[in-house]
Amino acid sequence: MNFRVHIRVMPRDGLLDPQGQAVEHALTDLAFDGVSSVRVGRAIEVGVAADSPGDAETTTRRMCERLLANPVTEDFLIEVEPA
Amino acid sequence: MMRAAVVRFPGSNCDMDALRAAERSGCQAYFVWHRDDDLQQADAVLLPGGFSYGDYLRSGAIARFSPIMQAVQRHAADGGPVLGICNGFQILCEAGLLPGALLPNAGLTFVSRPVPVRVENVATPFTMAYHKGETLHIPVAHGDGRFVAAPDTIDELESSGRVVLRYVDHGNPNGSTAGIAGICSSEGNVVGIMPHPERIVDPAIGDDSGSRFFSSLAQWRAAGSNTPVTTSV
Repeated sequence: MNFRVHIRVMPRDGLLDPQGQAVEHALTDLAFDGVSSVRVGRAIEVGVAADSPGDAETTTRRMCERLLANPVTEDFLIEVEPA
Repeated sequence: MMRAAVVRFPGSNCDMDALRAAERSGCQAYFVWHRDDDLQQADAVLLPGGFSYGDYLRSGAIARFSPIMQAVQRHAADGGPVLGICNGFQILCEAGLLPGALLPNAGLTFVSRPVPVRVENVATPFTMAYHKGETLHIPVAHGDGRFVAAPDTIDELESSGRVVLRYVDHGNPNGSTAGIAGICSSEGNVVGIMPHPERIVDPAIGDDSGSRFFSSLAQWRAAGSNTPVTTSV
């Protein structure tokens, strides 16, 4: 089966995220009231052929641990959907 | 004569400077390509600055999987000296040869200027020719130079003397934790620094205080090359 896997890689909470801060300032300057805690991360989509959604997730988790996310500074979230 | 291999990745751009800096300091320096799997009996390895693989994903993230990096891993495991400069430092962190990571500068701008750094560990193969506490003005040129690591890792680096270079005199250009500009491995043979000493090795351009990073290698070999470089906790 083919799956479309969506991966969200985000800077770990507590780490300074200067991009998020800059975007937050810009949104505030644009008069969007009540904006807070902006974080900027990265979205990655991968097509994965696997026997089940669980297998696709396991494979993607290994991809994240080895390459797609930095274990020192980033956390990741995986969502699997049918291709 | 020390044999120094300078690794070229697609996107390296300080490779020639690193080669010449090593040559000027008496090394027999030569290039190895990222697809090679052999360091050709290198005594020391230099990972130069640049933007390997376009720095796609994260700086150094893809370069670490180059075939040559397996040879670099073996060389490091055998105690061989490895110096990563700028992008080379980022690659060493991504490869797990050094702890921590280098994130986008706190000010979000690319910084390119000389900065004051203090040499804090003079026992590594690349810093033996310096005096402890000496302040140098070395150029930095990076967008991703903010060193971060887990608090216990920072404590361990500090208490075991593994901070090799530190930004001083309010010269921290990127928001690095504790002003850390360079660190070494627990054995001391793997060193990563953000500043570019290879750019100041010629008195003709006004400063040659970076040359001792490369001339230290001969001193390291003369000292028996197995001296422990970190102080115990």
